[in-house]
Amino acid sequence: MSVATTTAIERFTARASEEGLLDVAYTRTDSPFGPLLLAKTPRGLVRVGLPNQDADELLVDLATRLSPRVLEAPGELDEVRRELDLYFEGKLDSFDLPLDWRLSGGFRQRVLRAINRIPYGQTRSYTEMARKAGNERAVRAAGTACGSNPIPLVVPCHRVLRTGGALGGYGGGLPMKQALLELEGVLDESPGS
Amino acid sequence: MTALPPFQTVLDEHSAAVMAVLRGAVGRDGAEDCFQETFLAALRAYPKLEDSRNLRGWLLTIAHRKAIDHHRANGRKPTPVADPAELATADRLPEPDDGLWNAVGALPPKQRAAVALRYGSDLPHAEIAAALGCTPEAARRSLHEGLKRLRKELA
Repeated sequence: MSVATTTAIERFTARASEEGLLDVAYTRTDSPFGPLLLAKTPRGLVRVGLPNQDADELLVDLATRLSPRVLEAPGELDEVRRELDLYFEGKLDSFDLPLDWRLSGGFRQRVLRAINRIPYGQTRSYTEMARKAGNERAVRAAGTACGSNPIPLVVPCHRVLRTGGALGGYGGGLPMKQALLELEGVLDESPGS
Repeated sequence: MTALPPFQTVLDEHSAAVMAVLRGAVGRDGAEDCFQETFLAALRAYPKLEDSRNLRGWLLTIAHRKAIDHHRANGRKPTPVADPAELATADRLPEPDDGLWNAVGALPPKQRAAVALRYGSDLPHAEIAAALGCTPEAARRSLHEGLKRLRKELA
């Protein structure tokens, strides 16, 4: 693509933002675990795509579920990227970002909001999350809610473990969950723990 | 109905073609502004678009409307650069004036795009077909129907 066209696209994206036409802004960014997809709406951060997830599929999903006005606009996600970078460096223990919860409804959203209150460096069980969300017996559903977390890392579903301390599952793969818990000082950095 | 792809995909796939057509229609200087106007109008209308099968044709139709607006606003006539030998042949339009562009603007989308691409951007049939996402035969037909209608309206 020519430089003139690239510049024209950048100007277009800036104007789309000024005119309130940017329903979903996204960018791709690097992390110690691989590339992340970050997407936000005017309400807040709506989606974090982990390295093992297909970013293009996630964008199609956002276009279908939120709005097809989806544009790459890295500047819109500067603050999200800054806080994530600090977090990965171990220099940030609490995100201060507006969140858009729209991709999760009902019980799932209540579980995720409860997860969002687990402090840095601590863990909870799926059972506790089910109880906090108002239905202690729905442990399996609480697990599903964790697994479908649209805003991983920032909404710290990696801090939810099985009763007894087994890791459980993680959308980004168990090695990533383990590494995040090591970063937060919850687990010792010994493989196979 | 096919789901609409993220608008960024539309932008990535078709911005070069839109820019090329606009450069042909309004020149390098005007093309940048028309490009902005084209994609902003497209983005505004996008969520309500019912048929996503021919996004390129849809964009080029908007682009040509913007090019016509640009010519009107500047009170200038487009200056197609054409092969003189080809200009001497049958399907030639009279010198464009305001009335003509208004009439072109009033044509149905396919015909309007075909006429504008042929005489505004000077594209051959095969490229018009590619731009509109149809067969060269269909492009030729749209062009023919558009010209017939213009002749009748302007007679």
